[in-house]
Amino acid sequence: MKRVYVNEEWCLGCHLCEYNCAFSNSGIKDMVKALKGKKITPRIHVEDDGKIHYAVSCRHCEDPLCIKGCISGALSKDENGVVAIDHDKCVGCLTCMLLCPYGSITTDENETVLKCELCMQNGGIPACVQGCPNRAIVFEEVEE
Amino acid sequence: MPINYILPEFEVERNDYRCIRCRVCERQCANGVHSYDPDGDIMLSDETKCVDCQRCVCLCPTHALKIKKNDAALRTNANWKQNTILEIYKQANTGGVLLSSMGNPEPFPVYWDKILINASQVTNPSIDPLREPMETRVFLGKKPHEITRDENGNINTELPPQVELQIPVMFSAMSYGSISYNAHKSLATAAEELGICYNTGEGGLHEDFYQYGKNTIVQVASGRFGVYKDYLEAGAAIEIKMGQGAKPGIGGHLPGTKVGADVSKTRMIPEGSDAISPAPHHDIYSIEDLRQLVFSLKEATDYKKPVIVKVAAVHNIAAIASGIARSGADIIAIDGFRGGTGAAPTRIRDNVGIPIELALAAVDKRLRDEGIRQNVSLVVGGSVRSASDVIKAIALGADACYIATSALLALGCHLCRTCQSGKCNWGIATQDPELVKRLNPETGKERLVNLLTAWKHEIKEMMGLMGINSIEALRGNRLMLRGVGLNEKELEILGISHAGE
Repeated sequence: MKRVYVNEEWCLGCHLCEYNCAFSNSGIKDMVKALKGKKITPRIHVEDDGKIHYAVSCRHCEDPLCIKGCISGALSKDENGVVAIDHDKCVGCLTCMLLCPYGSITTDENETVLKCELCMQNGGIPACVQGCPNRAIVFEEVEE
Repeated sequence: MPINYILPEFEVERNDYRCIRCRVCERQCANGVHSYDPDGDIMLSDETKCVDCQRCVCLCPTHALKIKKNDAALRTNANWKQNTILEIYKQANTGGVLLSSMGNPEPFPVYWDKILINASQVTNPSIDPLREPMETRVFLGKKPHEITRDENGNINTELPPQVELQIPVMFSAMSYGSISYNAHKSLATAAEELGICYNTGEGGLHEDFYQYGKNTIVQVASGRFGVYKDYLEAGAAIEIKMGQGAKPGIGGHLPGTKVGADVSKTRMIPEGSDAISPAPHHDIYSIEDLRQLVFSLKEATDYKKPVIVKVAAVHNIAAIASGIARSGADIIAIDGFRGGTGAAPTRIRDNVGIPIELALAAVDKRLRDEGIRQNVSLVVGGSVRSASDVIKAIALGADACYIATSALLALGCHLCRTCQSGKCNWGIATQDPELVKRLNPETGKERLVNLLTAWKHEIKEMMGLMGINSIEALRGNRLMLRGVGLNEKELEILGISHAGE
């Protein structure tokens, strides 16, 4: 399946992916309206340590620990291999957050969990990939 | 702290409604203009540090930023212009020579913009390049005076070594050191894909780039940095740099801070040491001396590589070129006074040398008058900005053009002209690894290839409308040019008629 991959060599640590992610998932058409004055809860986040930067988002694991641990059946893998969250079923226990080895699951004030679903609902090409100024984030099929 | 007399040159205008405090501007500014104050949740700017490179403007996701010329003004004075006064303040502050980068920005005439191109109408057919073949390929090097054939009719003239270019444009010399590894990689890979050449400049050739040798011109300059047998053999041609348009008559100086491990290895000088190129070649004081170096390089490479001699366009350029053409060089490269640089004394950049258009016309005419035009190819640079500049240069007599500023613009340069600071926010004129990584060479290559592919289309279209189907047939074809708003003397030097004639 096509996944989001990050090439640390080209990641500038600009954090634009986080803002593009939050905007894309806001459902609001204007970025200013969507993000102005808000604490964003992006589904991708940039790890920075001095001169090292790289963005991390859900790896859509072959055998995801988050799904195994989900107590309400809210997390599932669809036919394309995308690990998706059903917000109606999520009870906000955050077990998945504890289990995710990449720290790629987050939550917001609605108290259900948020995770990268590869922008499936937003038109196909993930917003983080489209907005990356240095092609550090790519969306591609890689032979395992 | 004593009073700083310098007015900030630019103003940062932030549309506070649009600003979402993502702090991209802060993270991307190597000059430290932007900062965030968490107490007030506001973005602050220190515009005294701004160089107007536009990095923040381009990356701001909500287009909240504008960099404007600061309109704070000293009292208007036609003689003591604001910039003149500020330069006095700067020198009084520091006691130093003023440094600048890129090409001469002063309002001298741009002759390209005063020359118009002819087109076919009624009595001579134009050519549609989409339907008919159009040759943009050129060969640079010495051409034989005559073609002879053996008894079977086969050509038996031995052709001296040539550089083959798919379009009459090359990337001119920019050293590894003055520009980054990624900028060099972008140029090298683009040159390979385009079937043209890029030029190492005087900084030697990084070991990773030997693989692009057939698309590389290796330069031998007065500092002889990185020059050894393998280097000379790696390139498609060898260029002896006698001068540079931006700073004719002076050498170069790469500060030790930019000589990191990789640059040091490539230049073959100790890490952290200043790389100083002397003003003259200490072994060249005459055309005869130049001839010795030309033939030393030919001898070293078994007479398989054409040798280019690059000079700045200066007052007696025609006589100088005539000497070079007799020195055994295969190609003469002339760099006009608007050519760029990674650092030059401002006074020299802005006041020394002559326009490339006049130099080219004078040299081509002189070499033809002396019957030695075919001894050399002519390559011109020094602000060739578009396909139409290329066409005009060829019609004035050039075999090919060198472009560098145009190439850097394609890579993201915004001509802020502060390369000398080493803090290029676009990852081009810097050796800081954090900044170098901002130029992804894959993107860089694509953008360079796009630029020259576009120029190639335009060159073909323009040749077609003149009814010309090869660069060969356009070269020196000054009847295709007319001047507008030029005086008799300028027209005489350019060898063209005025529009309407």
